[in-house]
Amino acid sequence: MATPTTQPGVEQSKVALSELPRYRPDPEGTHPPLDFAGYRSTRLRHPSEQLILLPQRLTEVTGPALGPGRLGPLDHDLTRQHAAEPIGQRIVVHGTLRDGDGRPVPDSLVEIWQANAGGRYRHKVDNWPTPLDPNFTGVGRALTDAHGHYRFVTIKPGGYPWGNHDNAWRPAHIHFSVFGRAFTQRLVTQMYFPDDPLFAHDPIFNSVPDAAARQRMVSRFDLDNTVEQWALGFRFDIVLRGRDATPFEEPHA
Amino acid sequence: MTETVTSHFDGSTPSQTVGPFLSIGLPWPDGPDVVPAGIAGAVLIVGTVFDGAGDPVPDAMIETWQADPDGRFDHPDDPRGPVAGWRGFGRCPTDAHGDYVIRTVLPGALPGQAPHLDVSVFARGLLHRVVTRIYLPDHADGHADDPVLASVPASRRDTLIAAWEDGGYRFDVRLQGPGETVFFDV
Repeated sequence: MATPTTQPGVEQSKVALSELPRYRPDPEGTHPPLDFAGYRSTRLRHPSEQLILLPQRLTEVTGPALGPGRLGPLDHDLTRQHAAEPIGQRIVVHGTLRDGDGRPVPDSLVEIWQANAGGRYRHKVDNWPTPLDPNFTGVGRALTDAHGHYRFVTIKPGGYPWGNHDNAWRPAHIHFSVFGRAFTQRLVTQMYFPDDPLFAHDPIFNSVPDAAARQRMVSRFDLDNTVEQWALGFRFDIVLRGRDATPFEEPHA
Repeated sequence: MTETVTSHFDGSTPSQTVGPFLSIGLPWPDGPDVVPAGIAGAVLIVGTVFDGAGDPVPDAMIETWQADPDGRFDHPDDPRGPVAGWRGFGRCPTDAHGDYVIRTVLPGALPGQAPHLDVSVFARGLLHRVVTRIYLPDHADGHADDPVLASVPASRRDTLIAAWEDGGYRFDVRLQGPGETVFFDV
């Protein structure tokens, strides 16, 4: 099926492999620990052994190019996927996908899923007593443009109760899944809304140790992208690991 | 629409769990098919994801990323040039029994490395993906020289090697406890 477009000799490959990009680790505190007592489900699911360092080689600095051909025309508009519009506050959620050096990630797949306006997911195990909305699935896909920009139209999800602790409620959020340019950059996160009173009580939000990093998961109200007489705008910029400029020396060459 | 590229925040966006409802948002009908059924050399890699109590995890997702049978990628950063049309990517949520399946062809060797697939595991209760690798028993002769396997304690290396099963392969993932899969910091 696939035919190689170039066929460099072995010697050329050896030279070139010493020039693979290298993705910097994020600073301590950027990401949650795998073992986080406040979030009960981590208890039996976090590895107990230390992670082993995997030096970045070809498989890690490459990644899938997913996108064109995978999207329907209304995948980015969660308010137009059914016969009628869903109940709820209509919003525009947009932003850029960039790496830690400010480089946009173009033509890249962004996937989202979320609860409806009442805070319920269209999922068989979510059956808390708030109604499903027949006009809302809660799933969206978009591609970033040449500048790394993406845009969704949806409704603002509701917060919802969960069983983690007494009277536990999740702040309203939208799940985001992005790929970036390389396996090293793969990220799944959650986008929150400004000034949610539930932040202080949510172990998942607070599992991120660094307070400034936590704020990077909170979208901003965006008047410039608020559409008059139609929808409120929120901006959520996503930043993935940056790349070192210096050539990477293969440790086992 | 006015486009103002702002970098009002420095640093990466943190990871968060996929939560219990990832299966509404992430599966694709052809997600498990790195290659379509019927392609010469297509094989199934099946497995079960287990938690620290030995129970299957029904709300996890496996993603695989691998070279083609010649050890090449369709990617601009592969200095040997991209192989147009090689998807290389598979994705499968676990079912009610914690099982997943990926249909693929075996990857070729990479310079200085035995054939392998990189794997991401996502689940409710995982605040960040965990990363592992699948090696194949067909290539056992080359495993002694693989730098990644060499970096793993010998007693745990077998957690990274799939087993032959029913004409395909089995690769179980044990998130915690006895026989815990080796996970990598990438």
